[in-house]
Amino acid sequence: MQPDDLFNLVKSKFPDITRDEQSRAVTVPQSRFFSLMSYLKGLDPAFDNLHCVTAVDWKDHVEVVYILYSFAARQFLTVKVNLGNNALEIESVESLWKSADWLEREVYDLFGVKFRNHPNLQRILNPDDWQGYPLRKDYTHKDLVRKP
Amino acid sequence: MVTLLDVIIRVLVGIAVLGFLAGSAMFLIWLERKVSAHIQNRYGPMRVGWHGVLQAVADAVKLLLKENIVPREADKLVWWLAPFFAVVPSVMAFAVVPFGKHIIVQDLNIGILYITAVTSICVLSVFMAGWGSNNKYAMLSAMRSAAQIISYEIPLTIAVVTVLMFANTLSMQGIVASQAHRWFIFHPSLALAFLIYMISATAEVNRTPFDISEAESELVAGFHTEYSGMKFAMFFIGEYTNVFIVSAIATTLFLGGWQGPLLPSPIWFLAKTYTLVFVLMWVRWTFPRVRIDQLMGFAWKVLTPIALANLAIAGLLLLK
Amino acid sequence: MSETVKESKHLATEDFLVNMGPQHPSTHGVLYLELQIDGEVVVDCTVHLGYLHRSMEKIAESRTYTQFIPFTDRLDYIASMNNNLAYVLAVEKLLNMEVPERAKYIRIIIAELGRIGSHLLGIGTFAQDLGAFATPLFYGFRDREQIVEIFDELCGNRLTYNYMRIGGVQFDLTKELVDKTRKFVQYMRHKVDDYEWLLSGNAIFLARTKGIGVMPKEQAISYAVTGPNLRGSGVKWDLRKDEPYLGYEKFQFDVCTRENGDSWDRYKVRLDEIRQSLRIIEQAVDGLPEGDPTVKVGRVIKPAVGEAYMRAESPRGELGFYIVSDGSTNPYRLKIRSPSFSNLAVLPELVRGLKVADLVCILGSLDIIMGEIDR
Repeated sequence: MQPDDLFNLVKSKFPDITRDEQSRAVTVPQSRFFSLMSYLKGLDPAFDNLHCVTAVDWKDHVEVVYILYSFAARQFLTVKVNLGNNALEIESVESLWKSADWLEREVYDLFGVKFRNHPNLQRILNPDDWQGYPLRKDYTHKDLVRKP
Repeated sequence: MVTLLDVIIRVLVGIAVLGFLAGSAMFLIWLERKVSAHIQNRYGPMRVGWHGVLQAVADAVKLLLKENIVPREADKLVWWLAPFFAVVPSVMAFAVVPFGKHIIVQDLNIGILYITAVTSICVLSVFMAGWGSNNKYAMLSAMRSAAQIISYEIPLTIAVVTVLMFANTLSMQGIVASQAHRWFIFHPSLALAFLIYMISATAEVNRTPFDISEAESELVAGFHTEYSGMKFAMFFIGEYTNVFIVSAIATTLFLGGWQGPLLPSPIWFLAKTYTLVFVLMWVRWTFPRVRIDQLMGFAWKVLTPIALANLAIAGLLLLK
Repeated sequence: MSETVKESKHLATEDFLVNMGPQHPSTHGVLYLELQIDGEVVVDCTVHLGYLHRSMEKIAESRTYTQFIPFTDRLDYIASMNNNLAYVLAVEKLLNMEVPERAKYIRIIIAELGRIGSHLLGIGTFAQDLGAFATPLFYGFRDREQIVEIFDELCGNRLTYNYMRIGGVQFDLTKELVDKTRKFVQYMRHKVDDYEWLLSGNAIFLARTKGIGVMPKEQAISYAVTGPNLRGSGVKWDLRKDEPYLGYEKFQFDVCTRENGDSWDRYKVRLDEIRQSLRIIEQAVDGLPEGDPTVKVGRVIKPAVGEAYMRAESPRGELGFYIVSDGSTNPYRLKIRSPSFSNLAVLPELVRGLKVADLVCILGSLDIIMGEIDR
């Protein structure tokens, strides 16, 4: 199935998604996020591989990025969710793909995004008692040295 | 009637054997390092003496100078005695090893029974080390090791008994003499007994593939974790002496002992024993380690039945 | 009255907590495993990471694209060339840049040499954890030494190469190096048989690895396991064949898969992959085109605003780089999708109910590197 056909199929079920022209990434509002993910997992061809979960801090909003891959269709689909700048919370997709477990923990550790219904939302890379979320753009620490 | 001359000769032979033992332990340590090195495509010790021959001496000096760290809550007497129980029984076994035609400290008429009894004491050292260390991991490791040694004694002893049926005597020189026209290993039933003996002996002396107790890449660190300096060295001297003893016994029981044409008898004995020692080392540096449950299963469910069946077949063969 | 130990109320057993790591001979780096053990059996295993966290992704935001290449070496430090390659491919995708043919062939040769070196080390340490103490490891290092010497002559480094550049490679392959590579391929073909003889048929090795740590296909896909671990579970997926990059579609090689998904299968896939890599190197060396292996890019690289995600098949799995650019010289966000991170996540599932010795075996068969997990 061609990427455009796939996008049209998904758009017919979820009318409020948009697609970025350069990166072909699909942006979905937060309220429809989990149903979109479940739909994509159950689709034929199924997006059975949650390849990467990350986040980007755009200073005025935080965007969570999910990179999905379908083995059958040999296609990527990038799903983005705009979370605004406070109350960073989103539904966890760990019940759909087990790889989300650690990937979401990493996003929580580095950005402070809380994932609802995650089985074990704890810091993974930084020590458990670390303060602050290092990859936010406004992160400061007395030992942080930026290269001039 | 025992004359004074007899006693003096026995004492002198005993001293010679002890001297040989000390040298032999050093030699075996060097041999192990060289054999392992050449199998692994490298040289091993090369600097201390010609090709590293004095390396064992250097290591002994270093270990003598190390601090003796005693764990605070350790059971002092048990902890202190354990290394001795590792070395002394093996040395005692040397009393009946026939090095040559008339070179034996004392040819007891229950020679092989004496050896079996004395080498069984080595289990105690493992257990005492684990208990005395007051360290739960050392204790776990010691229990596993003790279970292993006790389990493998059974096929070992059955294999030895198979030989005794053919030899008709328990004395070591007598067993050698009964192989005068043919070595026991060439007899089919006894060839199998030899195999069982070598496998059980490898497990008895805690060598790979049966070295669970010394495994560094496992969770527990082994029963000798809390030992340092000379006490640690005693465990290793005990292990190498054990290796020599089991090879010497195998030589006596299966390979005709000191018999052989042309060369003097001690040379033959040492040649055969060191060949078996080399085989044990070769196996150590080639095979991976067996897991503890597979190890116990192998002893009880495979080796012991085969050894018993072999014993029965040997008995049948002897009836004819 | 026959009851098992577990059923009997008179013989109560208790779980106890054992810490394995962070310093441990067989955790392949600084990994801390918290084990709940009942006797010898692992009831639960909690993985604690982060001991090698160097915040590379944050550092990337204050380095230019070229300045970040040495940092990628330090991710999977066993196969540094492959990390360089994945990063440089991602940046080139962002720039929509094509590299010369000669650069593509050279990159393929170098990447496959790196793969062989990494698998040799993985197999050596795996055998060492099982107790074949040091012998397969020394053989592996002896052969890896040849690869490392080729790299040393090529770019001057033995472990962290900093060799790939955006737009090509740093140094060209000289004729002597090409001959050396050819000789290495001939040499290595025989040596792989040595490893087969030493390990693959050994009864003890088989008893320790067969049926241990079986990872079913669905579990592997759900946990996003990639690389030889995925192929050992029966999924015939190799990026070099299924989503070719760099011109891999021109080369003939097989994708090695095994059916059962146990530790032996994962080991065997790695061993077979060494043979396939030798095939690829031979074809690449024979077909090496002439020309200049580097495209001239300016000192300052400023990609257009946008993002790109590119992945490459590194020896441990699919290494991906997600780069977001805001038009400046530094990346706005750089995310490293490391294969060992996802491969390790499946460990607690595989280990439940097995013994501690099996845990060591499974960890060795997953072939993880902490540098890439913690970044």
